[in-house]
Amino acid sequence: MQNNQLMTILQEAKEQLNKASSVGETEELRVKILGKKGKLTEILRSMGSMSPEERKEFGKMANSVRSEIESLLDEKFTEMKERQKAAKFKEERIDVTEPGIKISLGSKHPITITIDEISKVFMSMGYSIAEGPEVETVFNNFDALNAGKNHPSRDLSDTFYITDDTLLRTQTSPVQVRTLMKQKPPIKVISPGRCFRCDTPDATHSPMFHQVEGLLVDEGVTMADLKGTLDSFAKKMFGSKTKTKFRPHHFPFTEPSAEMDVSCFKCGGAGCRVCKGSGWIEILGCGMVHPNVLKVGNVDTEKYTGFAFGMGVERIAMLKYEVDDIRLFYENDMRFIKQFK
Amino acid sequence: MLVPINWLKEYTKIDVSVDEFCDKMIMSGSNIETAQYFGDGIEKVVVGKVLSIEKHPDADKLVITKIQISNKEEESIQIVTGAKNLFVGAYVPVALHGSKLPGGKSIKKGKLRGIESNGMLCSAGELGFDDKVIPVAHKDGIWILDKEYKLGQDIVDALELKNAVVDFEITPNRPDCLSMIGMARETAATLNGELKYPDTKCEKEEGSAEDYISVEIKNSELCRRYVARVVTDVKIEQSPWWLQKRLIYAGMRPINNIVDITNYVMLEYGQPIHAFDIRNVEDNKIIVDTAEEGEIFTTLDGSERKLTKDMLLIKDGKKGVALAGVMGGLNSEIQEDTGSILIEAANFNGDSIRATSKKLALRTEASSRYEKGIDPNLCETAADRVCKLIEILGAGKAAKGKVDVYPNKIDKHTVSVRVNRVNSVLGINLNVKQMEEIFKSLEMEVLQDGDILKVTPPTIRQDLEEEIDFIEEIARIYGYDKMPVTIPRGNAEAAKSKERSLKDLARDSMVAMGANEVQTYSFVSPKGVDNVRIDEDSWERNFVKLINPLGEENSVMRTILTPNMMEVLGRNYSRNIPSVRAFEIGNTFFKSLDEQQPLPEEYDSMVIAAYGESESFYTLKGMVEELLEKLGIHGATYESESEYGVYHPGRCARIIYKDYELGIMGEIHPDVTEKYGIGVRAYCCELAFDNVMKNSNTERFYSPLPKYPSMTRDIALIVEEEITVAQIENIIKEEGKKLLESVALFDVYRGKPINEGMKSVAFTLVYRSPDKTLTEEEVTKVHNNVLAALKDKINAVLRDM
Repeated sequence: MQNNQLMTILQEAKEQLNKASSVGETEELRVKILGKKGKLTEILRSMGSMSPEERKEFGKMANSVRSEIESLLDEKFTEMKERQKAAKFKEERIDVTEPGIKISLGSKHPITITIDEISKVFMSMGYSIAEGPEVETVFNNFDALNAGKNHPSRDLSDTFYITDDTLLRTQTSPVQVRTLMKQKPPIKVISPGRCFRCDTPDATHSPMFHQVEGLLVDEGVTMADLKGTLDSFAKKMFGSKTKTKFRPHHFPFTEPSAEMDVSCFKCGGAGCRVCKGSGWIEILGCGMVHPNVLKVGNVDTEKYTGFAFGMGVERIAMLKYEVDDIRLFYENDMRFIKQFK
Repeated sequence: MLVPINWLKEYTKIDVSVDEFCDKMIMSGSNIETAQYFGDGIEKVVVGKVLSIEKHPDADKLVITKIQISNKEEESIQIVTGAKNLFVGAYVPVALHGSKLPGGKSIKKGKLRGIESNGMLCSAGELGFDDKVIPVAHKDGIWILDKEYKLGQDIVDALELKNAVVDFEITPNRPDCLSMIGMARETAATLNGELKYPDTKCEKEEGSAEDYISVEIKNSELCRRYVARVVTDVKIEQSPWWLQKRLIYAGMRPINNIVDITNYVMLEYGQPIHAFDIRNVEDNKIIVDTAEEGEIFTTLDGSERKLTKDMLLIKDGKKGVALAGVMGGLNSEIQEDTGSILIEAANFNGDSIRATSKKLALRTEASSRYEKGIDPNLCETAADRVCKLIEILGAGKAAKGKVDVYPNKIDKHTVSVRVNRVNSVLGINLNVKQMEEIFKSLEMEVLQDGDILKVTPPTIRQDLEEEIDFIEEIARIYGYDKMPVTIPRGNAEAAKSKERSLKDLARDSMVAMGANEVQTYSFVSPKGVDNVRIDEDSWERNFVKLINPLGEENSVMRTILTPNMMEVLGRNYSRNIPSVRAFEIGNTFFKSLDEQQPLPEEYDSMVIAAYGESESFYTLKGMVEELLEKLGIHGATYESESEYGVYHPGRCARIIYKDYELGIMGEIHPDVTEKYGIGVRAYCCELAFDNVMKNSNTERFYSPLPKYPSMTRDIALIVEEEITVAQIENIIKEEGKKLLESVALFDVYRGKPINEGMKSVAFTLVYRSPDKTLTEEEVTKVHNNVLAALKDKINAVLRDM
């Protein structure tokens, strides 16, 4: 009879589990059947009054029913939990097209970015960075750089003076003079920094601007080395397909002197707005260091030769980023600076 | 310098296209600004002749003309014009119906005040010439042609208007190139051509120059040479078109034959020429001397000029007649009726001319050439050339000989050039013969002496003095583009300096915290420090001043970065940018206290600033703290400051580390934000970045992760308003001793139920031992000591949590 009761319990459990529709209901069922006062537990209590043989058989059957109910309960629990999760996911669904919560990085100034890029290329070629003061001596800025006493750049209309002997440097080349006076060859430096000239600000002029100049002095340095170095710089800076062209020019502190053009990095040389249709863009001035300049640092000009180069950072930044007004660099409108993030 | 290609062809062959010519000249060192083409865009403009001129019945300012435009008089056309310089028989350019003029203008027939007009008579301007070069003779009217041309002929053909003009950029080391012959020399070397010099020998000469004039140089340092020639029977008239045209294309206005010839020769040789009316040269004497101090002299532009005693003045026996090398005198100007003239070709000291022209603010073609330096050996040839052209034009008769005072003749000099040196500087491998050829192509004499070339350049090349100058000549004529491309030895990567690394680190950190970098001018207005309320006698006013600033707003070097930053904030605020976080790293400048030291002191400074809804003193302080941490400065303290004018007196702190003041920060004083038009609260910090760098330590050492668990106690204390968080933290740290791992503020509360004048401050204390798991009793013991000390020292009451 008890056996029948066991089968009934199993049968009922199956039916009720089928009806259960949540984790809670399933748990209630578990307590009702398997709990301390559960039906199955109660029946098992009656085992004491059975003969040993009966008990053995009944026990066997009861265990089998119990384990079947347990596995049914497990199944039901798993099913119910999955259903619960699915409901939760459905409820928590979001609109992934809404914008992200803003975390803003700032941006370095485009001039800094350009100087960093130029510096990185030259550092990879072994140039260390030398810096010098913005207020310089007339000697370091002009005399030592072989600029004639009457050179027009010395005029009050071109150069800002502090006293008769001191001025705001018009180029970063005085840093090269300082280096030559301080250090024995081999010398390999670049000097980025601010420069000043008496230009009233307009779209293409700024009384303050930045330059990066470079100097290499060593035994056996040739003009071919100058070409190779700057050609390699141009390829690293403006892309590996960049071509370079060296045109003769004149600077007091180098001889022979040259200007370097690069093939337009916007159109590749076909001619466009940036290169004004010529396919070439003038990027820098350079040349072999004039012996008079080397002598300032007591360099043996028979043993050592060298080259120097200099470029305007604003110009390169304007060309690269297609900025059409130099004044934008110094207005510091956040909407401008953020674009270089 | 404007060089008409057709003029250049007079001296050397140019058998390449203009484009190719330009490319080759650029590559051999003559840089080109532009190449312009004249005579383009003109269609159906022909030579016409004025047959009659009648008054317009209905307009006072107009006339009705009959213009013959073919060999048949009866085929003439009627044109109405407003020109005043017309006369019957004049040859003029006629734009016919349907013609086109430069600039895209087209001419159609129509009626002017009711009278039919079948075209337009043209001025030189309408045919594309710049106002400033149109010949004086017809500068305000219709172009009256210089002679008879075939009627009906296309004007472009008749006047040979088609011409390319190349504008060369002449560098200051090459004044010899400021002339047609100079550019022809470069052209010949570039294109492998020959150079042909112009004819300077007159066929017929009458009388002798010495009978008319004597010359004395009183100051041979300022006047190296003076050549005078004399021309008699002068007839002043218009120059022929061929000569006018060359001047026009070279950028000069034709005036009359004598003036035009002096200008022509100046352009041809680069030697300024002056012509005097000999009637006005008293005592038949030319004396080159300096002026009297304060002497008044009227130049031929009619201006009275006050001279100084260092200015060179050309005098006759009684008075000044020309401001040497700058401008002639009004008293000896060539007139319509001038009969005999004196031609001056002289060499004046460039520095002296520069000084004179600068003092008088009078710069002329002549003065700017003297300033750059001229070869004194040119004088004679140039004077002869003037006479020859006068003869060619039939403008007068040259007297024989010349007066030539040349105290210290400039001779050619020879420089040794080592073949090996040339090759080793340039990285090429030319042989002796190739180098010799290059030098010879530039009219230099060359003697070979083993491995050495003895090179003698013409005296016109004053720039060639040392071996390196000759190496440059080889380089540019051989061609930069033919030199190989090599990489110098030793290309190991270089390391950044510590300072540069730290600045980069600071920039990167600020950017990561959402700040944008700005760059502002190093020179500022001295008012900036007023605007940010800096005290009257403080160090920030120890300015380095500019002698020649662009304006007051750029007249001193900045001593602090804050005023510029306030301008940046103000500008952005005015442009409706709701929030800003910005920083700048830059130099500041102070007059050196050491009088022996000519240069000012320069320091690195850094400014960080912000405004906007989510900004506060503490967001800025958070950035500053994080920045200093990143730079390896741990434990900087913030001391309340209420005196510094820039900031809100209750919201300002000095940042102290060890014995250094690293900077100052705070909420900007409302008067300052108002001054800069910043309509919201703004926050700013200026760091003495030199001090920051001095104390920076970016080395990192690992400390082991804790092995034993920590125990956390949160406390809320009620203290008087005046008690600072720093004070409380210091007490906690002192009492917590070794077991206290950290203390962190997590809340400050004011208001009910806390009494007025008091505040509640809450901290999390973390206790941990590196050696063992702490027991409840151990922590409680220490924690109670902490609470007791707080009670004892600052009367802090523990609040129920």
